[in-house]
Amino acid sequence: MIVGEQKTLKEIKHMVAQYPKLLILGCGTCVKTCFAGGEDEVATLASALRLAFKKEGKQLEIQELTVERQCEDEFIQEAAEAVARNDAVLSLACGAGVQDIARRFDRVPVLPGVNTTFIGVLEKPGLFTEECSSCGDCVLATFGAVCPITRCAKKLLNGPCGGSREGKCEINPDIDCAWQLIIERLQKLGQLDNLRKYVSARSWRSGNAVGPRKLLREDLVV
Amino acid sequence: MNMAKQSRLQQILAKGHFAVTAECGPPRGANGEVIRQKGRLLKGYVDAVNVTDNQTAIVRMSSIAACVHLRQMGLEPIMQLVTRDRNRIALQSDIMGAYSLDINNILCLSGDHQTFGSQPEALNVYDIDSVQLLHMVRGLRDEGKDMSGFELDTPPRMFIGAAANPFADPLEYRAVRLAKKVEAGADFIQTQCIYNLPRFKEWVRMAREEGLTEKVHILGGVTPLKSARMAEYMAKSVPGIDIPDSIIERLKSAPKGKAAEEGLNICMETIDELRQIQGVHGVHIMAIENEGKVAEIVGAAGLMPRPEFS
Repeated sequence: MIVGEQKTLKEIKHMVAQYPKLLILGCGTCVKTCFAGGEDEVATLASALRLAFKKEGKQLEIQELTVERQCEDEFIQEAAEAVARNDAVLSLACGAGVQDIARRFDRVPVLPGVNTTFIGVLEKPGLFTEECSSCGDCVLATFGAVCPITRCAKKLLNGPCGGSREGKCEINPDIDCAWQLIIERLQKLGQLDNLRKYVSARSWRSGNAVGPRKLLREDLVV
Repeated sequence: MNMAKQSRLQQILAKGHFAVTAECGPPRGANGEVIRQKGRLLKGYVDAVNVTDNQTAIVRMSSIAACVHLRQMGLEPIMQLVTRDRNRIALQSDIMGAYSLDINNILCLSGDHQTFGSQPEALNVYDIDSVQLLHMVRGLRDEGKDMSGFELDTPPRMFIGAAANPFADPLEYRAVRLAKKVEAGADFIQTQCIYNLPRFKEWVRMAREEGLTEKVHILGGVTPLKSARMAEYMAKSVPGIDIPDSIIERLKSAPKGKAAEEGLNICMETIDELRQIQGVHGVHIMAIENEGKVAEIVGAAGLMPRPEFS
């Protein structure tokens, strides 16, 4: 999923202070799953903001709404009426959702309430881990389904570097060395010989080094 | 400034001499005299001098410029080049430029991660890794082509080095990684500082079994320890360093004020051992901000005089 983290109340408060009527718009997919921008977080944030402004003697009218996905027009439409009634939208979606909302409602300021952090997994309750950089040319088959581009701090394709100690990354002892994981996994699969082969310099053209990408699926075009 | 002649380090190793290299870090500023001063301390005592490339991710005078300062003094530089800061376009360009300035040895590295340095907010590059850099430099030299396949009018004919850390985990993979570096183009290897000799010997044995010591010149790395505190700090905080407790104990039990001397003794003993190991062809002395000690070490280790070539 796309993992995000809500911005601090202080930052959000500063962003929205100039708008008397505010819509906090949640998203019911990825950011809901990572507890950053679903219905519950919308409600909690709305209460916190009301209280914070009230303490300063300011009145802010806050409306709450959560749609299933802010990155699909079908669901975005459901917010049209609420958006029209307010001076600004504080979107708790990922960066894609924020931009899609802004594109649909081009006369309303749309503000990000969440920092989109990475594509990752819930490793254990409360802990999310980055696993994919959406590089556009998946190499997981070679590396025992552990991504060196995302999970090695130096993106080494012929790793590991010389700093790996006791299975941990040299830059952070809380992070597993991706290459340790790759080696262990390939050992279990009996495919350690994969790593004897030289992996040549990669083309980054499949990734966002080329600039913004588009994916055209001819089979779906109507 | 002339185009580079054949590497002196290469000739020394080819003739079977036990090579001596040292390390020299450029200053955090634009004063070339700092590097020339270090050069004066090393001249005549070593066969070539590694010039680091923004080591520990702290911004310093460029490796190329510092190499030129040393070259002008008659020393032979080994330009260290890391993939942290430059993409393949900049790397190839710098290699060609360096060769045009009479720099004919290169050490290909991935580099210390920027989060260790003084500007951890910097974006890293890592367009290619150190093994791919070796492959690229060999392609420039042997095929005379850049990475796009474009034929160069004058290829940079570098003597190509790589680093190896026999002490990093996982041990069972270390020889495989060395093999990859050799296959990708490494002519010589400089290792991480050696304090754990049994493990180093085990690594060389693995390299010998893979037939690698026939294909590449291994130079064992040494750094004289100045105190037990320095040893403890390095063991704990410097990635990839392995200092056994027995070494730290020796420094601790040295008489007051004599720990640095004991550190030099350990260094000397290590060099003596290195000279006995089949497949080890030289020593790389990394006397960090302590270049004045190199002459003493080389002399006391019986490695003087250094071979001369016309």
